[in-house]
Amino acid sequence: MTQTSFFFQHYGLTEQDLEKYLSAALSAGGDYADLYFEYLTSTSLMVDESMVKSASQGISAGCGVRVISGERTGYAYTDDLSPARILHAARTAALIASAPAKTQVVGFQQKPARSLYPIVVPSVDAEITAKVELLMRADASARGYDPRIKEVRASYADELREIMVAGSDGTFAEDSQPLARMNVACIAKTETNSARGSSGGGGRVALDFFFGEKTPEHFASEASRQAVLQLDAREAPAGEMEVVLGPGWPGVLLHEAIGHGLEADFNRKQTSAFAGLIGKRVASDKCTIVDNGTMPSRRGSLNVDDEGQPTQNTVLIEKGILKGYLSDKLSAKLMGIADTGNGRRESYEHIPMPRMTNTYMLAGQDAPEDIIRSVKNGVYAVNFGGGQVDITSGKFVFSASEAYLIEDGKVTAPIKGATLIGNGPDVLTRVSMVGNDLQLDEGVGTCGKDGQAVPVGVGIPTLKVDRLTVGGTAKRETGGFMQ
Amino acid sequence: MLETLVETDNPKSATDLRERAQDVVRQAMAGGATAAECVVREGDEFSTVVRLGQVETLKESGSRAIGVRVFFGQRAASTYSSDFSSAGIGRMVRSALELSKVTSEDPFGGIPEAAQLGALTGDLDLYYEDVYSLSGPERIEYARRAEKAALDYDPRIKNSEGGSFDAATGHKVLANSHGFVGEYRRSYCSVSAVPIAMTEDGGMQRDFWFSVARSLGKLEAPEKVGVIAAQRTLRRLGGRKCKTAQMPVVFDPMVSSSLLSHIFEGVNGDSVYRGASFLAGKLGEKIAGVNVNVIDDGTLVGGFGTSPFDGEGIPTRRTVVVENGVLKSYLLNTYTAKKLGMQTTGNAARGLAGTPGIGPGNYFLQPGTKTPQEIIGGIKEGLYVTEFLGHGANLVTGDYSRGASGMWISGGEFAYPVEEITVAGNLKEMFFNISEIGNDLEFRGSMAAPTVRVDGLIVGGE
Repeated sequence: MTQTSFFFQHYGLTEQDLEKYLSAALSAGGDYADLYFEYLTSTSLMVDESMVKSASQGISAGCGVRVISGERTGYAYTDDLSPARILHAARTAALIASAPAKTQVVGFQQKPARSLYPIVVPSVDAEITAKVELLMRADASARGYDPRIKEVRASYADELREIMVAGSDGTFAEDSQPLARMNVACIAKTETNSARGSSGGGGRVALDFFFGEKTPEHFASEASRQAVLQLDAREAPAGEMEVVLGPGWPGVLLHEAIGHGLEADFNRKQTSAFAGLIGKRVASDKCTIVDNGTMPSRRGSLNVDDEGQPTQNTVLIEKGILKGYLSDKLSAKLMGIADTGNGRRESYEHIPMPRMTNTYMLAGQDAPEDIIRSVKNGVYAVNFGGGQVDITSGKFVFSASEAYLIEDGKVTAPIKGATLIGNGPDVLTRVSMVGNDLQLDEGVGTCGKDGQAVPVGVGIPTLKVDRLTVGGTAKRETGGFMQ
Repeated sequence: MLETLVETDNPKSATDLRERAQDVVRQAMAGGATAAECVVREGDEFSTVVRLGQVETLKESGSRAIGVRVFFGQRAASTYSSDFSSAGIGRMVRSALELSKVTSEDPFGGIPEAAQLGALTGDLDLYYEDVYSLSGPERIEYARRAEKAALDYDPRIKNSEGGSFDAATGHKVLANSHGFVGEYRRSYCSVSAVPIAMTEDGGMQRDFWFSVARSLGKLEAPEKVGVIAAQRTLRRLGGRKCKTAQMPVVFDPMVSSSLLSHIFEGVNGDSVYRGASFLAGKLGEKIAGVNVNVIDDGTLVGGFGTSPFDGEGIPTRRTVVVENGVLKSYLLNTYTAKKLGMQTTGNAARGLAGTPGIGPGNYFLQPGTKTPQEIIGGIKEGLYVTEFLGHGANLVTGDYSRGASGMWISGGEFAYPVEEITVAGNLKEMFFNISEIGNDLEFRGSMAAPTVRVDGLIVGGE
């Protein structure tokens, strides 16, 4: 391990200290113990009414100690990195086990380092005035887009998370994880009507990303476009119909419909609607879906997961057949499967569990125009808010924020936002066309599970789902095209 | 089996937090700030999950953090830290002072006037040490009993996400440069069960139930929680879609509070001054039927939303939000009140960093007189919603569209479970279409509503 380690340098920790803490954690037996050190610095800024109304910075640091004994997990943490407090946390976590102390494995091994987000100057250390400039540019751009744009709120947040993981199996890993995001939300108003629009993005990038690749003007004009468009939206239809999803962020469909259901903890406990379906058909043969934590600079990417395991590109569904689950150390061991490097946690206060990274469907053969043309009456949904899933029943929702009617093969009127609902284990069997235009989202996704939030990415090419329930308000009499 | 847990030798419960907070304010003022406000939070948490009779997780810890907000005239900035060393706190204060140079002069910025500050006196019944009185094995036993009651209730309950017992205490101190310093402690404990039921053809359903209280003595028996969880899960088995149609919809109290939360979000001063709410500019106007009365009361003794003062040091109060269908008040903090030319309602919610937001006290829909059975009994064909999926409410336009599951009502009785459906309407109309309000108001958090019937919603299914 490197002597330049952040925690060794700043907190005077040594390899011997780590061994001592792990010994304390295994003092009551236990099969495995690990330590997760975290030092997080963050900045957030907001411009509202063309003023910098809010600026804040913060630091939080701590260490979480986990002890696994069979299927049991003991966990304790401290926000004080003094040896006494870490030992206290280790002894508290140790109480999950009840056996003689085990001999501690000595000698940590660090796997070859990867560098998916090589950043010289993390955005959190960049000049704050440059971040303010980004937000003021976004504000001006949104207001200049259309006179009907009346309210603009632009926000920026970044962080740098230094982590170190040491496990009793010799696992040792460190990572320095930058994350930055900006967001623009605006409201368009006429005398009779109001509508909102929002857009944002970022990733594990330096501040110059927002001066080059994705500028404030890009996000501002996108948010403004959506708000103005929604002023004229008509009622969405209700009931089952053909739905075409645009490329990119609508991939939240995959995250909700199948991603969570394939997290190994739910399948180990047989509580997922996907339990026992490995090798079975769960999607049409046009669907190949992966979870890939190794994409450079992506919001959902990680060099190593929060258990110190390198992330990987995991095939979940290949040509419609369920191939595998997303696992962490505990589920891999108990299920006898490989650890896919998906053990993640929100912070040192949280127990890691299987989570997604960047989840997307590979591109297919169809031209997006042909997909639209094939629909007689349906909905074309291109932007979404969030989604949610009940992994046991398999039912999931995702809420369209920008959508249009498709009539006789043509995209026509914009419709109001509506929730789409389906059943995870069979919705993808009704995917009849897959576009050649795979896109990933711009870096806006945050996934919540058991109260823990982690950044993720999603993506799809243009997709056609033959039948999905759309939750609009247009009554059957007026929505004559339904069914 | 666990014998004992390590004794809680917690150096963090030292009583110097008031002085720490006041010292941070002094440091900020000495550094040139014209006003400053400091918040300190510390807490302990314990949680355990027992699954299929075996302990699955056991978590126990404490933490604390400190945050400061400084003003240079009408420029503001905030910083926070978990480092309580004097060097760490010094850095935090200096960073805030430095950061305020990049923010804008905001004519409405600032902390409250000195005369507005204060705290409710008397025992608000918010803190009970008994939430930590159980030994480790006894806490685990609570979780185990809740799960066991669910598993034993019916042979179709074949699996479980577990039973759990959680306890937490929190201590909050607020100090500002007007000399205000206040503090309070709150405790919390809960027991829950999440059983899974299966049909012969492999269909699975999960539901849950829980009891939550500020004192262990007020927590419901784990067995009762387990049985209700099992009943709620079993009634979902064999769910199907219903037809797409306009119909009356009854909201179970577990979901009617979400309906009420949309009024809360709509009267949130932050949305109101930006015109980002379907209720902006509607003060004094009818926004709901005459049977609708909505109250926010941060003073209720023992309430989940009760505190002696809000996030800015304003005493909490009772505010009538909607009276006989007329919008009577927005819910405001100091900033949004100034923006609207009004007075704060004592609803400032202060995190560690950033500008204060708006939070509820005990916020509720006043109950009516009918029992839930009478409300359901009055419906020929309709939907009873027990769970929503997703967050499909647009506060700007009022457009409402959510995924749902529940029970089909036929001839005034539950006929069969329904799922994979949507419920849609517009919030501007929905509150006028509340035709029945039940008598079954019960707080399980800071927001609560009884059973409610809403007419005219569009249910999307087949």
